[in-house]
Amino acid sequence: MSIFKSSNYLIHQFPKHDVGTPTLKVANLSFRFGSIDALMNITFEVNVGERLAIVGPNGAGKSTLFKIIAGVLKPTQGSVQIYGYEPNGHICIAYVPQRNQVDWSFPVNVADVVMMGRVGKLGPLRWPSHKDWEIVHQSLKFVEMGDFSKRQISELSGGQQQRIFIAQSLAQEAELILMDEPLTGLDLNTQQDIFRILEMLKEKNVTVMIAMHDLKIASERFDRVVLLNKRLIGIGLPQEVFIPENLSVAYGNHLRMLTTKEGILVFEDTCCEEGEHSHA
Amino acid sequence: MLDWFLLPWHYAFMVRALIGAILVGSLCAIVGTYVVLRGMAFFGDALAHAILPGVAIGYLLGDGARQPLFWWAMLAAIISSLGIGAIGKSVKIREDTAIGIIFAGMFALGIALISSVDNYTNDLAHFLFGDVLGISASDLGRISIFGGLIILVVIIFYKEFMVISFDPILATTLRLPVKGLDYLLMVLIAITIVVSLQTVGIALMVAMLITPAATAYLLSRRLPVMMIIACVIASISGVVGLYFSYYANIASGAAIVLSATMIFLFVWGGTILTKLIKEQRHSRII
Repeated sequence: MSIFKSSNYLIHQFPKHDVGTPTLKVANLSFRFGSIDALMNITFEVNVGERLAIVGPNGAGKSTLFKIIAGVLKPTQGSVQIYGYEPNGHICIAYVPQRNQVDWSFPVNVADVVMMGRVGKLGPLRWPSHKDWEIVHQSLKFVEMGDFSKRQISELSGGQQQRIFIAQSLAQEAELILMDEPLTGLDLNTQQDIFRILEMLKEKNVTVMIAMHDLKIASERFDRVVLLNKRLIGIGLPQEVFIPENLSVAYGNHLRMLTTKEGILVFEDTCCEEGEHSHA
Repeated sequence: MLDWFLLPWHYAFMVRALIGAILVGSLCAIVGTYVVLRGMAFFGDALAHAILPGVAIGYLLGDGARQPLFWWAMLAAIISSLGIGAIGKSVKIREDTAIGIIFAGMFALGIALISSVDNYTNDLAHFLFGDVLGISASDLGRISIFGGLIILVVIIFYKEFMVISFDPILATTLRLPVKGLDYLLMVLIAITIVVSLQTVGIALMVAMLITPAATAYLLSRRLPVMMIIACVIASISGVVGLYFSYYANIASGAAIVLSATMIFLFVWGGTILTKLIKEQRHSRII
């Protein structure tokens, strides 16, 4: 069964799994790295087709959480279930790395990168067929990068780099896409392009979780938000979660809040985090 | 003039050396592409040195015969590559430090073993710096068979090796056997080193792995093209190096490596120059 038909755009049959079960169930999840608690006792569920923002300061464990959900890291405690299954052995989860984690001078072009998403489905000893290339081109068209397939990846702008990785997730036929700070370093127009694509993904019932910093974007653009700082501080609608009590727990002294007539104005103060800006 | 070009090839040993240099150069270039892209140059260098004890045992037991030497070297290489691969997983000490300690220790053990034989210096020099002029027809046969097998594995796992090199996390989410593929690649590098030992020797081996591939990296935008360009550069280095060695009477392994290094410097200078010219043109337009 293919989710791709021969029309110009992807025509989804997502989800292949039962719509009734949540896409993702995280229960009592903890992760220790050496003697450091990176994540403590996290429990939440994500529904099919939802767009969920994971917000928290640097070092809050957003990337770690994603890597556990993707099956790259093993949790110290607790469980992760994707449509009721363990993440290992499932190939419907895609992890889109932070752009600075990618070697953009690697000798591959855009189509090569997107085709990499097919490698799991292809299996060993098989070369991409005509159908696989068709899927690659449709995925690129979906993210409005159809004309870029022969372009070297080092020649792409930040937004284009982000989009080809979304295309790769589509070629992988992922139903849950985890994006690690995709908006960082993108200008407003480029961010709009990404949100437009997320909108289209929602129509196709692809579930998207995005790690980010910007509280304003999180509350405007997402169905629900998670506030994380090693512990799960809140999950739900933005106006329920981004309340002063929660925010001061998450950010401590790094956040300044002003109560005005229109509501609460929040300033994130990240000037003095002693080098915690490196996203290891 | 033509005589000058043809003269070296009147000798059968020079023709064998030429074939050997091209075969080994191309094999190292293809495997070296992964070494360069994955930043494994130090691993390759360490591995080449770590197989000396194997070579030494083969040398002591086989009384100087080539065949047992090869198999002992192969055994040492595969054990070392898996060992070095496993070191990275242990705690406390940084991976490169651990690799450095082990490879220097293994290398010293090899020298100690070989030095127990009288008049060992000549043979040791061959192990360290290669002896491409002494390559025999059966050596060439062995190089062809193993080289062919390695390239076959690279073709079979081409897309998997590309994914684990470009994005190991993607490889994990695609549920590829990342660890197994990592080890397979290390074993391929190990076998390549053993097969190539006679051409440039242990000390210069890393140059065969990385210099043509790094040069090709500067010139290419896609992986298969990089591999082909690397092969061409390695072959040219082999030919130029042998002429060099014949007419200037210098060690052939060193001559081949020097040729490759010069091609790299030339290409590198060229890319910097074109970049400067482009920038200048750009600024003139503004």
